[in-house]
Amino acid sequence: MSNPSDGPQSDSAELPVPRLDVDVIREFGPFRAYATDVRVDSGVEPDRLVKTHCCFCGQQCGLQLKVKDNTVIGIEPWYDFPFNRGMLCPKGVTRFLQQAHPDRLLHAYEKDASSAAGFRKLDYDEAIRRVAEAIDRIQTEHGADAFAVLSGASLTTEKTYLMGKFAHMCLRTANIDYNGRLCMVSAGAGNKKAFGVDRAANPWSDILGAEVILVAGANVAECAPITTNYIWQAREHGAKVIVVDPRITPLARTCDLFLPVKPGRDTALFSGILQLMIENDWLDHQFIKDNTAGFEAVAEQVHEWTPKRTAEVTGVAEKSIRQAAEWWGKAKTSFLMHARGIEHHSHGVQNVLSTINIVLASGRIGRPNCGYATITGQANGQGGREHGQKCDQLPGGRDLGNEEHRAYVAKVWDMNPDDLPRPGVDAYEIMRKAHKGEIRGLLSICFNPVVSLPDNNFVREALAKLDFFVAIDFFMSETARYAHVVLPGSLQEEDDGTVTQVEGRIVRINQAVECPGDAKQDWRIIQDIAKALGREHGLTFESPREMFEELRVASRGGVCDYSGVTYERIEEHFGVFWPCRSPTPDAPPEPGPQGTLRLFEPGSWNPVAKGAGPFYFPDGKARFQPTPYVGPAEDVDEEYPIILTTGRVVSQFLSGNQTRRIGPLVDHYPEPRVEIHPRLAARLDIKEGDWTTVESRRGTCTLRASVVTTIRPDTVFIPYHWGGRKSANQLTIAAQDPISKIPEYKVCAVQVVRADGPPNYAMVLEPQQ
Amino acid sequence: MPVPETHEFFVDPGRCIGCQSCIQACAQCDTHKGQSMIQLDFVDRARSTQTLPVICMHCESPTCAEVCPADAIKRTEDGIVQTARKPRCIACNNCVLACPFGVPKMSTRMNLMMKCDMCYDRTSVGLKPMCASVCPSQALAFGTREEMAKLRPNARAVNTFQFGAQTIRTKVNVMVPVDAPREVVDVTAAMYVATIGHDILDDVFGEAGEES
Repeated sequence: MSNPSDGPQSDSAELPVPRLDVDVIREFGPFRAYATDVRVDSGVEPDRLVKTHCCFCGQQCGLQLKVKDNTVIGIEPWYDFPFNRGMLCPKGVTRFLQQAHPDRLLHAYEKDASSAAGFRKLDYDEAIRRVAEAIDRIQTEHGADAFAVLSGASLTTEKTYLMGKFAHMCLRTANIDYNGRLCMVSAGAGNKKAFGVDRAANPWSDILGAEVILVAGANVAECAPITTNYIWQAREHGAKVIVVDPRITPLARTCDLFLPVKPGRDTALFSGILQLMIENDWLDHQFIKDNTAGFEAVAEQVHEWTPKRTAEVTGVAEKSIRQAAEWWGKAKTSFLMHARGIEHHSHGVQNVLSTINIVLASGRIGRPNCGYATITGQANGQGGREHGQKCDQLPGGRDLGNEEHRAYVAKVWDMNPDDLPRPGVDAYEIMRKAHKGEIRGLLSICFNPVVSLPDNNFVREALAKLDFFVAIDFFMSETARYAHVVLPGSLQEEDDGTVTQVEGRIVRINQAVECPGDAKQDWRIIQDIAKALGREHGLTFESPREMFEELRVASRGGVCDYSGVTYERIEEHFGVFWPCRSPTPDAPPEPGPQGTLRLFEPGSWNPVAKGAGPFYFPDGKARFQPTPYVGPAEDVDEEYPIILTTGRVVSQFLSGNQTRRIGPLVDHYPEPRVEIHPRLAARLDIKEGDWTTVESRRGTCTLRASVVTTIRPDTVFIPYHWGGRKSANQLTIAAQDPISKIPEYKVCAVQVVRADGPPNYAMVLEPQQ
Repeated sequence: MPVPETHEFFVDPGRCIGCQSCIQACAQCDTHKGQSMIQLDFVDRARSTQTLPVICMHCESPTCAEVCPADAIKRTEDGIVQTARKPRCIACNNCVLACPFGVPKMSTRMNLMMKCDMCYDRTSVGLKPMCASVCPSQALAFGTREEMAKLRPNARAVNTFQFGAQTIRTKVNVMVPVDAPREVVDVTAAMYVATIGHDILDDVFGEAGEES
């Protein structure tokens, strides 16, 4: 795969530079698809409309796919689905273009150094045999844990359940983790520490009646666009909107109070707000006394966060901090939401807990119009983190390290609990172990770590060291390019199942079309591998519904209890909110037909407190957690004086493996740009559109500058959806939160200089490549 | 079946988040599949994330029709100004140049002026237009005046516009703050003085924001 233009582009010879992959791109894309033929023929009527949900983010908007023969020819709004009532973002509107795409993998492939693209077609059954042989060989020679599994939270809940079972029961490897490690885990860990359960506390309808809405580190308009209307509808009736962000996002543009926090200083900000609430007695003493524990220790710990000190550390004006505390403190109803902006930190869990502390101190939770939630990122960001594909987890939100939990699940799986592996390591640690040679084989599905993990030059090295790597994907992702065998998996519209969206609402994904060529539904591929290994016991499901029925049993009695949920009930009620338990002798009757819309309501029952209180601890009380302020792992210095923060744009999704193949989305925002404030740009002699090199201790990246006043002058921003030399994650740091293991995507130190001219890639790659 | 009189279109630029959902959805309208009739752009990206969607305003007395030498542009009884009729349109571009809102587009491939017909295939059977259906911030909204007044009590629907000496009344409404003064847009003035790009936003970061 060598190419004459593959040479290094940077002066810093010691920094790694990814290859351009020109030949593999020529064969497998990403190329841009536009509507043509049957999709633009005005005379064509669809054969049927399939009610389902979007394949992209955690909002899971309801929509209808227009299907003609085996092609999705367009979308039709689904006005009756209550969450989005027909509304869709541009990704949802154009998603049909990912199906019947020219880049689609229709065959299995194996690595072939003699071919220009690096791969040759392989018979599907032969490919499965090779995968099974490699797994068996590696596990026999190096132990069960030497083969790892990486999974994803865009898969249906049925598939995520199957992936956990496949790793823990069939492969008996401790090392399975998922890409929610880069997404939901700080919020999840924070929620479990404070509430004992990890789910949005409220349905989104509670936003509409809130007096104050606090949005922390969430680019709502671009990353969860449907939520925008909820927030603005609340504002039409008088709600005040407070936005905490280093950038003036489209939502922040018209908010009532903007707190331009310096990246990495969120805990300080919320500690300062809590201190002002205490000082002014804007507290719900009764709620704190009856429903929480640990307030005194937290109060003592935030005492030092005077407005002055908070302002110094956070870079937010003292006046604004006081105003935010007053609005939040005095509100009668409120909704606090956050996302990756405060979670993607080496102290992400502390950031989350610091926001929960101001919610608990206000007493505004567990009631109508009094809400708190993290905004899940991926399609199944919620369901994908509940049922056993996390490194320490078993179905139902159970723990792999808990003997009772092991015994229960082993019984459902018809196996000896002692044969279940112990908890394994997180996704990035899997890469480190691969780099060290401790992990020799890897199966990955629904994960594109070469684009999405931080310090991805290291990730590429790690993948290249594997004895055997098999990737299941529907397109040749940047990661699949490193695989020895690529198996052709399924698109969301080619399978049935359920996902659990941002509110904790379980919704139905309905199959619209059949898999093309040799492509197979992902769960069939996994079961084919298990069969070829001769270890198919427990992995002989005939349908997603059958998996769901087993999942109901496996989750029964757990915190994430799905036992009362059926496909029929989901369809009848536009989704069911978990926990939704089937009747048992010791639990009160199940909640209403839609399950549990709002958590923590006074008098509510849960399997941990068993009636002692609304929160998921034995005493039923929520926990205030001390959140001592810790700065970013890598602060700026003389050599690297500027903060880099990363994020998303509205027209792209995650690693871009799908959205960089959808023409209209690529055209909207073709290539990553470095956002830079005009004052910083003037100092660096950089003008709008100039090629600009951003360099960290780990990598270098040359992109065009976008000179805008909508970002802090000490910070630059790059969206991360691209691979190779356009990848922001060449620069980011692999520092991780000690509890959640989420990487610190939102802060690292860089230097920025104007480049002499365009980088090599500009001449040979299309924008999306 | 005509578009029901009770249902109107409302544009609220203050709500626009620039996501282009409307553009992508417009391109799925059955009469011009693959092509969008909506224009949307940043007002001044260097200073703000403000974006502005432009759809056909469906004028009571459409300038595009008035200047058409071939009488190709028709306004149906329900107030919808239709795309030029293919057999009549001579692709002269008069309408493109004359429209005060800059809406009609010339399709050189088809030699035809094309513009928004408010999703006639949908609105004439009681459905919302595609753009107003999908718009995630409801900057583009379709419904009754009563619904709108209830949902957005702080805004006023305006459908009279002054361009120099020309007064234009439109079927489509623009939402403005309830207490906003009436604006007279002088098109000729805009030819000499930039009308955008100043004072859109205070510099909230200030110099102090740079220090820790």
